[in-house]
Amino acid sequence: MSATLEVVSRSAAQPPNYEIRPKVSPTGEIESDLLEIAMGPHHPSTHGVFRMDVILDGERVVKLKPVFGYLHRNHEKIAEGTTYLGSMPYTDRLDYFCSMTNNWAYALSVEKLAGLQPPERAEYIRVIVGELTRLINHTCLLGFLVQDMGALGTPLMYAFREREKILDLFEALSGSRMMCNYMRFGGCRVDLSPGWIEEAKRVVDDYPRFLDEYDRLMSENEILLARTQGVGVLPAELAINASVTGPGLRASGVNYDLRKVDQYGIYDRFDFRVPLGDHGDVYDRYMLRFLEMRESVKILKAALRDIPAGPIMDPKAKIRGFRPKAGEAYGRIEAPKGELGFYLISDGSPNPYRYRVRPPSLINLTILEDMCLGHTVPDVVIILGSVDIVLGEVDR
Amino acid sequence: MLGTGIIKGLAETAKNFIGSYVDTDRLITVQYPEERLPLKENARNFPFLVYDGGDHEKGLRCVACKICEKECPPQCIYIVLERDEKGKPQKHPKVFDIDVSVCMSCQICVEVCPFDAIKMDTEYELSNDDRFGSLLQNKRQLAKSNAYYHKIHPVEAEEVDSRLAAENARVEAKAKAEAEAKAKAAAAPKPAAPPPAARPNPAPQPVPA
Repeated sequence: MSATLEVVSRSAAQPPNYEIRPKVSPTGEIESDLLEIAMGPHHPSTHGVFRMDVILDGERVVKLKPVFGYLHRNHEKIAEGTTYLGSMPYTDRLDYFCSMTNNWAYALSVEKLAGLQPPERAEYIRVIVGELTRLINHTCLLGFLVQDMGALGTPLMYAFREREKILDLFEALSGSRMMCNYMRFGGCRVDLSPGWIEEAKRVVDDYPRFLDEYDRLMSENEILLARTQGVGVLPAELAINASVTGPGLRASGVNYDLRKVDQYGIYDRFDFRVPLGDHGDVYDRYMLRFLEMRESVKILKAALRDIPAGPIMDPKAKIRGFRPKAGEAYGRIEAPKGELGFYLISDGSPNPYRYRVRPPSLINLTILEDMCLGHTVPDVVIILGSVDIVLGEVDR
Repeated sequence: MLGTGIIKGLAETAKNFIGSYVDTDRLITVQYPEERLPLKENARNFPFLVYDGGDHEKGLRCVACKICEKECPPQCIYIVLERDEKGKPQKHPKVFDIDVSVCMSCQICVEVCPFDAIKMDTEYELSNDDRFGSLLQNKRQLAKSNAYYHKIHPVEAEEVDSRLAAENARVEAKAKAEAEAKAKAAAAPKPAAPPPAARPNPAPQPVPA
């Protein structure tokens, strides 16, 4: 075989074209190719393992596809195989910033299923820890959102400093800072330790001072205003149609707060307002959290003042051999991120036949593309930050 | 004027920075390995087995009923019941293992235990490079004395001890009453029914620290 290898100098055959000549449409606009970028799954702005497939025209977003499931842990199926009580610590891991409200939502739905009624003191404790959780969540969100805009460090550390005080309260109460596993069907696990109320009162009374400080620190900042106002507008109709709940919905001007609508627990006894936004942009969602925290402080002050003495568990509740009668129940609460619901079907056995979580983070994420279209990549980062997701809850 | 908001914010950070030299309350961090914050009474991290008296084997309160093994959500507890030569089950665990790397510190084993035999430890520096020697803890490593329990959870341990003492007294009184009934029945010419056997004492004798 005599094959001759023909060596051709590439430069001789076809000189490389180093000239970039943009395509121009007949109207004179530059036509460029679209660029697809995967932001994530390991990206500091995505708040966890979450991927956004962004298709860009220049720097404008023309299409955005959220991709999730990287943190899937089979929560619902595991819960169907374990006892009712055994799922309680797993609910801590849903939205790991707000384990107390996750416990509450789950306990509420099981109480509906089994017909349990927590005593007065337990209801007050639940309101107190639930509102403290709201303070934690919103405080951290403000820190993270500002960090997404480039204010590295300082505002987030200020937020974490305040969060630490509430986490100390949770540790004194439940033994753990984040994975509280505190509520039980028909009440709470342990009573408040002596001196806890005084400590909580001190933290709550100090809280408005931090809110004012943070307000002065950030809210008038011209960079923040320029970055957030008019960005990521969510129209009220779209928010309702996509069943968005929580601060995202209220920032669009829809008056819907489960604490007022459902009045679960003892929320009908407290006097508080539901703050609403006008424009539905990132700035409204940012400021709305401030206002909600001020209302939470109001609820907390009233609850810490009025908490009665008494038992903390329904005498009908039992720890071992808990079998609710066959039936189904849906319990929902206003978690800091929106409506958190648990749907349970019981067939009378010690474990649920069906266990379903309605996570606010996942459902609020579905309108991400509509909010991001036409904005630039740095805006996408802060729009995602303002939706307030936690991937433990999105993927379950 | 453009920029006043930024300056206002910077004034706030400056206030915090200067304040940290004046007001020690503003210094909220501790230098961890050298300084430690005191633990809370309720703090929990990992379960341990309580034993009474000085013997970590005989004094174990655990009766190997396996309720905690069944209820543990991540299923990190492994128990084998002790049996004597004839195969009769003894109220004692032969093997009791808990895997630190699987345990999620949820405290459900403590809540379901009817014998107050398993409690939560506050030890949190558990990192180790020995997966099966140190992270998979066996009965010997898990057993800790009641005095240690009193040291880490003083209030709770007092409650548990008084509850166990009350339970013990109740069981003893019942056994005594049964023994008396038995003696009476034996003294009577013809017992109507065989007397019920006295139940063995389910709760071990608590030893106050």
